Amino acid sequence: MTMTALPHTDSTTGKGRQAVLDVEGLDVDIRTPQGTVRAVSDAGFTAYAGQTMALLGESGCGKSMTAKAVAGLLDPIAHIAGGTIRLNGRELAGLAERDRLKIAGTELGIVFQDALTALNPVYPVGVQIGESFRIHRGMNRKRARAEAIALMGRVGIPEPESRVDAYPHQFSGGMRQRILIAMAVALGPRLLIADEPTTALDVTVQAQIMELLRRLRTEEDMAVVLITHDLAVVAEEADAVTVMYAGTVAETGSVDQVFARPAHPYTRGLLDSVPVNAERGSQLSSIAGSPPELKDIPAGCVYQDRCPLASAICRVERPALREVAPGQHAACHFADQVQDSTTLQEARP
Amino acid sequence: MNTTLKHGPDPEDAALRVTEVTKTFQVGRSASGNNRLRALDGVSLTIGRGETLGLVGESGCGKSTLARTLMLLEKPDSGTVDFEGRDPFALRGKDLLSWRRRVQMVFQDPFASLNARMTAGQIIAEPWATHRGLYKTSREREARLNELLQLVGLRPSDARKSPQEFSGGQRQRIGIARALALNPDLIILDEPVSALDLSVQAQVLNLLNDLQQKLGVSYLFISHDLSVVRHVTDRVAVMYLGRVIETGDTEDVFERPLHPYTASLMSASPRLDPAARPAERIVLRGELPSPVDPPSGCRFRTRCWKAQDICAEQAPPRVTAADAGRVALPLPSIGEPTLHAAECHFPLADRAEAGLAASATGA
Repeated sequence: MTMTALPHTDSTTGKGRQAVLDVEGLDVDIRTPQGTVRAVSDAGFTAYAGQTMALLGESGCGKSMTAKAVAGLLDPIAHIAGGTIRLNGRELAGLAERDRLKIAGTELGIVFQDALTALNPVYPVGVQIGESFRIHRGMNRKRARAEAIALMGRVGIPEPESRVDAYPHQFSGGMRQRILIAMAVALGPRLLIADEPTTALDVTVQAQIMELLRRLRTEEDMAVVLITHDLAVVAEEADAVTVMYAGTVAETGSVDQVFARPAHPYTRGLLDSVPVNAERGSQLSSIAGSPPELKDIPAGCVYQDRCPLASAICRVERPALREVAPGQHAACHFADQVQDSTTLQEARP
Repeated sequence: MNTTLKHGPDPEDAALRVTEVTKTFQVGRSASGNNRLRALDGVSLTIGRGETLGLVGESGCGKSTLARTLMLLEKPDSGTVDFEGRDPFALRGKDLLSWRRRVQMVFQDPFASLNARMTAGQIIAEPWATHRGLYKTSREREARLNELLQLVGLRPSDARKSPQEFSGGQRQRIGIARALALNPDLIILDEPVSALDLSVQAQVLNLLNDLQQKLGVSYLFISHDLSVVRHVTDRVAVMYLGRVIETGDTEDVFERPLHPYTASLMSASPRLDPAARPAERIVLRGELPSPVDPPSGCRFRTRCWKAQDICAEQAPPRVTAADAGRVALPLPSIGEPTLHAAECHFPLADRAEAGLAASATGA
């Protein structure tokens, strides 16, 4: 066991830091048998070096789709329909496949949720970790293997020399996730996308993996985009947060700001439904209904059907993301009221 | 007693008592040549009438085997299960059927646990095909079906829809209605909200709470989400490698854990509220050892920071909060202290030692 000090979130998000990833006005369309639906609509956020930006939302909100668009890993049925994705100042949307492949691993790394399916079961882990050194650095087998061993040690896999030739199924879930992380950071990318990296893991192992990600982020001064549905993980691990709902950005800002004074009723509703400090057995506050299907997203505000504040304007006009405090943006017609009142009921127009 | 609490839970008035249950499975030989996996190794617990007992622990600790044993899907190698003075494993015929009626289960995955080829109404009514005596006429069944749908917050017209037409939260409501169809005394909830989105989780937790107040049913609530467990359970049992290593009143266990493993679980779970966050986090080294070759003596010793030689040599004694020099908190419902006990050679003395002292900056 070790005692580790918890990270200190930085309320001065991005100040004096280099913007590694800048997404603006991103639209992603999916072809379905019923026609084309927009899975991500006008999404935007910035991730800074040495900081963690959390993409927070429920299943189907478009957070993974956004990350896949950034990583160039969209399924064939999905495509980027608009917007810009700048990585280290370079435009990625519309980049040719060959150039795309070059930046994969060198400029951005990605860690997936399910380490068992993300790894190839028929190759030893050392070969899989070493692969990027062979492809991008032209190393021979022997040198790539040596690099893989060093990397395995760095991500906390005990006795890497004897484990390098083992297969994925011979590792525990936590160790497999470490292997994925090793592969993602092998070539020293500036951006690391972690898609629900600890969702499948037990809480004591989750703490280990989060500690590792934090350490690597600091050592490499990487920007980390952490995709999660867990508010507590965001509160502890991220500097900034982008809350997504039904393919759109509901709110974005520093974690301190957004969690202390949410300006979107959805953010507020999520925070209220976490059972913390609530009297045991008491009613939890919950958000009525469930998120809309992509094909049924209403005109006007995407959140209108579940929002206690919804009024006439919400039915016709989709609220644009606007600044509600320095560095904090929300897409709600009543953002100021939400921010200034202690309960959503009170904010009702 | 707080009126928002359930029907006076009373652990002494046990609906179900599990005593020293062991269950071993035959598996492929491990490196040490062992091929017996002891999933349950002397598990004892009680669930009171109208009470919610939380069962927490990491994957592979035996939670699901215990749930399956209570559903009579596994027969224990030794130990007893006692339900109102009767041993369900000795029951046959009608008596067995009646026992099965009284213990029902809600599963984790509302997408996999409902037959896509049946309507919601058929799914909820299916248990009555086995338990024929319960509702004799189709009119009775119809009325009861509507009642159940309303009880879980669905509309009578929903009975004709198929599971695919519902959202995850609504599907879980169907699963709950199915469990309620036989008027059980105990419902085993196996991670009932972990597959649901956060905004929907709260709805289902509220529903479960309402149902317990209305019906007085007991819950065995299996979950890995400690904030949920803390909110919904009266008492909690913590499992590690096939044994219950700590039990007690939920608030007592969460606030002042005795066992280092419990403390590490509490310390490792992320907190939303910065003020509730510990100043330092206990991060355990390593992962759960294989249950095929559990460590000798105390099974947690390989990951424990307090472990000494004795922990490898002797099984840990059962210690109570009083043994550790503490006063047990009274259970609000009955005003009597509940037993807060753990199996450990070196139980934790206080919150600071449990790594739960609040951070100075956060407070």
